[in-house]
Amino acid sequence: MTITRRQILGLSVGAFVATGLGLRPSFAATEATEKAIAAFADGASVGEGRIELTTPEIAENGNTVPISVSVDSPMSGADYVASVMILAEGNPNPEVVTFHFTAASGIAKAKTRIRLARTQNVVAIAKMSDGSVFMTRNQVKVTIGGCGG
Amino acid sequence: MASKPRVKVPKTASVGDIITIKSLISHKMESGQRKNKKGEPIPRRIINKFSVTFNDTLVFSADIDPAVSANPYFEFSARVDESGIFKFVWVDDDGSEYTTEKKIAVS
Repeated sequence: MTITRRQILGLSVGAFVATGLGLRPSFAATEATEKAIAAFADGASVGEGRIELTTPEIAENGNTVPISVSVDSPMSGADYVASVMILAEGNPNPEVVTFHFTAASGIAKAKTRIRLARTQNVVAIAKMSDGSVFMTRNQVKVTIGGCGG
Repeated sequence: MASKPRVKVPKTASVGDIITIKSLISHKMESGQRKNKKGEPIPRRIINKFSVTFNDTLVFSADIDPAVSANPYFEFSARVDESGIFKFVWVDDDGSEYTTEKKIAVS
């Protein structure tokens, strides 16, 4: 059997596609994120809204990306935001930080600086004192990754 | 390695005010992901917990993972109904604790 030029072309395209897929570990990372979300929600259904997550659209330096999260809540003794977890889907480990608030916090708002390995979604997920859970997701484009090598 | 925690708390406030507090501590936050020149992984060493109390009531705390930047910075709020002392505690992976305090006069 002789190998035609068309077959060779087909093979090389196939190999190229396979390599491209191999370079994307994001599927596994997203799975870890989903797991962390499920563990945090603890069986509650995850709603949308109530959280405001502020991230830069483009982060030039992934080593220090400023983020701000605030949750709409009266923050009284009976009704307050218990905790807010921040996840980065594309990092080696998705967990970034978990804030815990109390009624003495006044408002559920926190700012910090985080590391992002590459362009990815940042997730904020909040748990209220009654157990209900809300989530939001922002994409951040990262020019230089923050995991160092 | 960590030194000089710095916090910013207003000196005075009115009863019921919600104040903003800023905190910063110098710490490398070695993530455990990096490798040295020989290719060996550098062991993780981070601040893994930060908590703030006001007159011994918990106001704010954070469980920290390696994805928080070096020299971890936090900004958050607290409602003050009386004069008192804010206590800040950072916990290092090696078990050491770094603490600082700030007074506030509420009228």
